[in-house]
Amino acid sequence: MLTHLAALLLAPGAAGLSAGTSFLTAAPIEADRPVQVAAVTGDYLYWSFPATAGQQPHLTATVTLPPAADRHGAQAWTIEVFDGLRRRQPCVAGEQSPIAEPAATDITLGCDLRQIRSWAEPSDQDPLPGTYYVRLTSTEIPEQDLGLPLKVDLTLTAEKGDTGADQGTLAAPLNPVSRPGTVSADVPTPAVSPSADPDDTSAFSFVPEFSSRWIWTTTGGVLAAVAGLVGFSFTRRRRP
Amino acid sequence: MGAAPARADETSEPPRVELVLDVSGSMRAKDIDGETRIAVAKRAFGQVVDGLPETTQLGIRVLGATYGGDDKRKGCQDTQSIVPIGPVEPVAAKNAIARLQPTGFTPIGLALRAAARDLGTGEAARRIVLITDGEDTCTPPDPCTVARQLAAQGTKLVVDTLGLTPDEKTRKQLVCISTATGGTYASATSEQELTDRVRQLVDRAAVPPPVTPAAVTGAATCEKAPVLSAGLFTDRERIGEHRYYRVPLQPGQELRASVSVALDRPVNRDYGVLLKAATPNGRELVRGLDASSGRADVISAGLRWSPGDEAIDTVCLIVSNSFASATSAGAPGMPLELSIDTVAASTAPDAPGLGRGWLLLLVLVVAGLIAGVLAGWLTRWWVATWREN
Repeated sequence: MLTHLAALLLAPGAAGLSAGTSFLTAAPIEADRPVQVAAVTGDYLYWSFPATAGQQPHLTATVTLPPAADRHGAQAWTIEVFDGLRRRQPCVAGEQSPIAEPAATDITLGCDLRQIRSWAEPSDQDPLPGTYYVRLTSTEIPEQDLGLPLKVDLTLTAEKGDTGADQGTLAAPLNPVSRPGTVSADVPTPAVSPSADPDDTSAFSFVPEFSSRWIWTTTGGVLAAVAGLVGFSFTRRRRP
Repeated sequence: MGAAPARADETSEPPRVELVLDVSGSMRAKDIDGETRIAVAKRAFGQVVDGLPETTQLGIRVLGATYGGDDKRKGCQDTQSIVPIGPVEPVAAKNAIARLQPTGFTPIGLALRAAARDLGTGEAARRIVLITDGEDTCTPPDPCTVARQLAAQGTKLVVDTLGLTPDEKTRKQLVCISTATGGTYASATSEQELTDRVRQLVDRAAVPPPVTPAAVTGAATCEKAPVLSAGLFTDRERIGEHRYYRVPLQPGQELRASVSVALDRPVNRDYGVLLKAATPNGRELVRGLDASSGRADVISAGLRWSPGDEAIDTVCLIVSNSFASATSAGAPGMPLELSIDTVAASTAPDAPGLGRGWLLLLVLVVAGLIAGVLAGWLTRWWVATWREN
């Protein structure tokens, strides 16, 4: 039973049962599909997930630590989130870097990202639609505790927030490059290739997508009409 | 078996993995679940071989398996490949494993070099899984230095290490080897742990990274810098070094770049990396940076930039770092992964077309009220003048 379970856990490509060891090999995860991974202390575990504008990704990880008898001190753990350009994204809530006491049997980490924006200035570090990376690792650990087996449970939830506060769209999501580059010795003469027009040229592109702004504005129009009727009725001559 | 490598060459170079097993005298110790280390390792290997996917290109090499004498010079040359790299025939592989007898010295450095030769220098991802119960008894060469050299030669060789009930020296050596090549270290104190971990490592090796970055060498100035197209690159950067790259950019495009520097050696506690975009004459456009402390495998930074109305057709990217390490500064630089992308630039949005909030409602209601009153007065005045005429 145990070997069967282990084989299941280690099966390659089995969704929800693996983790990568670098940005390039990060294992994809999905919202509301918990993953469980067997690993060892000192491993750097990578996952990746896609996010769209308006989402509020929320990560929770539980690490089942090696038996306390095998450990020699406290361990500092951390969960970090990077965007598709490998830029560190701050966690606005959640226990991001807890310390496991020597007697603890498990440790829980959490990270709430800011709401994904639909557009940001290029020089901003704001979270944008695209791929996100999660890295889970121990940052401070007694040297003799390296390499001990442990288990990691990770859950991602991504509630859809209101996009009404945001304007603009990103022409291309922040996704990692997945092809090897080429090197040339000198700058090529800039080809006059007509760069694809990023703007959506359909007739309805000026209509903003549905958000709370639609409700506020429509309600405002109705109230204004009612107020107009009320104002009109004030001026009617009262009959004695 | 003979036809196997030919088939392997046809299928766009599947990843290769070599298990390197220590069969030195110390493997006779009876300390894993009351059995000898070698007996446990043999059974674990048998299980792993049975469970291998057919496509895995696997080889097995042993060290310290044949020479039982005391002559260190001879004992330290003792490493053989018992299963050549290729699709594994379980029966033959298990027979080869079963014949092993714990015997001699522990020439880890030599075995790593030999294993790297076995794996060849192709485009395929290459991985070594080193399983040992003791430190190298044949230093020099120091196996950690060997690992660093191997990693510097080819960018795609990774060494994962597994310590069987390791002592402190063994653990430190194995951690050093795995860190130098971007691999992992694990210890095993039971058969289950050993089997699980070896299988996990072999499975990981069987799934190659989705892309193999192209090698590039950054220059010391922008004028001499290599010109990069969109894609992934690897390079090496020494501590305190600045590396320049150039990226051509067309109007209406946005440059996206990110860099990861791997910590392949022990470094001082705090460190950072800086990725800067500048014009060819040195004016800074934007920067991405990150700093951290403690254990880490890589530290990354990224940036976005689009020229807007400026006429800039070439951007210089400068990668610098703020590491400090006791490891010899002349050693090969730290591995660096650079990703470049050029996409259509995003346009800055207009002011919002719709409103929100209580203030909006209040303004609309007051405006409606005023408009209603005015309309009422106007109507009355108009009706009055119409009646008079």
